[in-house]
Amino acid sequence: MAARTLTIDGQLVSARAGETILEAARDAGIAIPTLCHLEGLSAVGACRLCLVEVVGSSRLLPACLTPVSEGMEVRTASERLQANRRALVELLFAERNHVCAVCVASGNCELQNLAVQVGMTHVRYAYLTPQCSVDISHPQFGIDHNRCVLCTRCVRACDEVEGVHTWDVAGRGVNARVITDLGLPWGEATSCTSCGKCLLACPTGAIFRRGTSVAELERDPRRIAVIVASRQERW
Amino acid sequence: MDLAELNAIAAHERASRKPIRIACCTSLGCYASGAVELQQQLTAGVAATGRAENVEVVGVGCMGFCGHGPLVRIEPEDLLFEHVRPEQAPAIIAALDGGPCDVERGDPRHPFFARQLPIVRRNGGVIDPERIEAYIAAGGYATLYRVLHDVSPAEVIDQITRSGLRGRGGAGYPTGLKWATVAKSPGERKFVVCNGDEGDPGAFMDRSILESDPHLVLEGMAIAAYAVGAHEGYLYVRGEYPLAIQRLTRAISQARRHGLSGSQIFETAFDFKVEVRVGAGAFVCGEETALIASIEGRRGQPRPRPPYPAERGLWGCPTLINNVETFANIVPIIERGADWYASIGTARSKGTKVFALTGKIRNTGLIEVPMGITLREIIEDLGGGTPDGTPVKAVQTGGPSGGCIPASLFDTPVDYESLAAAGSIMGSGGMVVMDAGTNMVEIARFYMAFCMDESCGKCVPCRVGTVQMHHLLDKLVNGQATSEDLVQLEALCQIVREMSLCGLGQSAPNPVLSTLRYFRDEYAALLNAPSAAAPQPTD
Repeated sequence: MAARTLTIDGQLVSARAGETILEAARDAGIAIPTLCHLEGLSAVGACRLCLVEVVGSSRLLPACLTPVSEGMEVRTASERLQANRRALVELLFAERNHVCAVCVASGNCELQNLAVQVGMTHVRYAYLTPQCSVDISHPQFGIDHNRCVLCTRCVRACDEVEGVHTWDVAGRGVNARVITDLGLPWGEATSCTSCGKCLLACPTGAIFRRGTSVAELERDPRRIAVIVASRQERW
Repeated sequence: MDLAELNAIAAHERASRKPIRIACCTSLGCYASGAVELQQQLTAGVAATGRAENVEVVGVGCMGFCGHGPLVRIEPEDLLFEHVRPEQAPAIIAALDGGPCDVERGDPRHPFFARQLPIVRRNGGVIDPERIEAYIAAGGYATLYRVLHDVSPAEVIDQITRSGLRGRGGAGYPTGLKWATVAKSPGERKFVVCNGDEGDPGAFMDRSILESDPHLVLEGMAIAAYAVGAHEGYLYVRGEYPLAIQRLTRAISQARRHGLSGSQIFETAFDFKVEVRVGAGAFVCGEETALIASIEGRRGQPRPRPPYPAERGLWGCPTLINNVETFANIVPIIERGADWYASIGTARSKGTKVFALTGKIRNTGLIEVPMGITLREIIEDLGGGTPDGTPVKAVQTGGPSGGCIPASLFDTPVDYESLAAAGSIMGSGGMVVMDAGTNMVEIARFYMAFCMDESCGKCVPCRVGTVQMHHLLDKLVNGQATSEDLVQLEALCQIVREMSLCGLGQSAPNPVLSTLRYFRDEYAALLNAPSAAAPQPTD
């Protein structure tokens, strides 16, 4: 496979042709924050946290979707990018009701980790405090929309890995919600196989196993990539 | 269908015309104010007075003077009547004999008409949009015939490139370049898509074109399909345009019946099948990748580009997407040549542009003017200024992606680059005129509310950023904002513009940025100003 050499944050990096900037950076130990990206699922470029500066492009480009090219010069952590990323994380915290103190995922939450990673100390924006429902109609799992960041990782895990597409998105703007089976309560969504891949994929405490208490949620989203990779090897 | 048959239809149509023609506008604006009943009354009146021999009543497309509708024009005398009510039909028929007539008269030589240069709207208000024969009699489909028989696809693309035509949807991408890219993209199956999801507040250019001359768009699409090697096409029209959808659907079935759409058009090997797809009310579906998703039956939300649709579009195939007005320009360009088209307009913006003049303006309606005309000429000469004669304060162009241009810059020529330099965009053609009574911060808040409501919710900066910006604008309008709020608003403008996924989010801050640029004093005046509505301290 052809190799490409590029510069990321002043560091010379080699990458496989067809790889994305994100993959090349991670291989080289350069951390680019992400939220909607999950290895094993298709990339959608929705959270905008992984936007990077590429010399020669007037626009910021999503690292998760932009393929590397020879001689490319990438900056992942300019002052502007850091400030914009911090603003995005703050916007997410302001959007719904993220109360770590009562959340099952506290200590094992990608949103929480992101806040630390981007150096967020407080939220400058007005909290929108929407009224969000909690659905615990499913016998094993529940979804608390207060904690959902609309990354759609559950939607893609269900569709692309489990092959079911129980999850999707309804509504638009801040009123968008992930839904099961055309908006039925999860427990009545007959397409759901209760496989739990959505739980694995969820970056926050939005999707949880029932009966889990504060900070007790244990799950490793990397297992999605393991499932995908092991299937490829076998078939 | 061959050329002889086409000519025969045209000849028969022309021969069956009657000496006197009463043309009644049946486009949506006039339609809504009673034009259909008016047309019936006119038809009945002509029959009752025994004039059916030499007088015909024809429903025609948009005449453009929408604010004065319903409109009726009598030819060949070229009499124009405005605000006609159905009960005035007898008076209009009486006017045929030069009798006294108390119906409001319009002036067909008014600058509103005289200063226009109709190219895409040349059949608007002239032909009956519901009859393909009327279009053929006006020269329709002869260009497609000539293209299919005598012009190679490469020559068509060359003509469009040399004409200098740029996308009329707003961004102004060179049309010829787009066509060439799709033509060169490898793939057995390609698509041509017409974007009729016009959604800017105050804009109705595409609706009027589709309602007034649907075959012009269909013929343009067929030529495009021939040029890029596509055999299937979709017309994506917003669901709020029922009359346009009805006329398009009718036009497609007429074209199919006449062998002008479908298989072996004009008995050549060229097939082009076209279908209408109706939008379900999302502004973001005007964004090309969201539009593609919507046609495919998926949730209408954009995806990052590249890959561009020219490379990977509808169902993964190379897809040409142009706006309604862009397609409507194709037939005139091929018919009269690239050099003719390139002779109109400015160095980098060729041809004409259709604008919808609305807001605080005397002559509300639709105009088609050459590029390079100044905003002042449009607003003062064609538009007639404000209805009460007070000075115009600003004009908003480009809808929620555009900006407000102050009266001091009204000598700006209308072309893609000049409008962008003034902090706005050409956009699809909406022009909302504002007078001194307009609060520019409220205008910014209105457009932000629009973007907030229309954000699909996929990407974070647009989904949440627009809500936060709207919140800050709300605080400003209510006199509750501090100077820190203004700083935060400007910072958010930058973030949302730089970080958003698609054009909707990237351009959502524009109405705020442009009003801040020209009317910052209005923002400053609202800082901590007690609002009239807010309760006042009593001690």
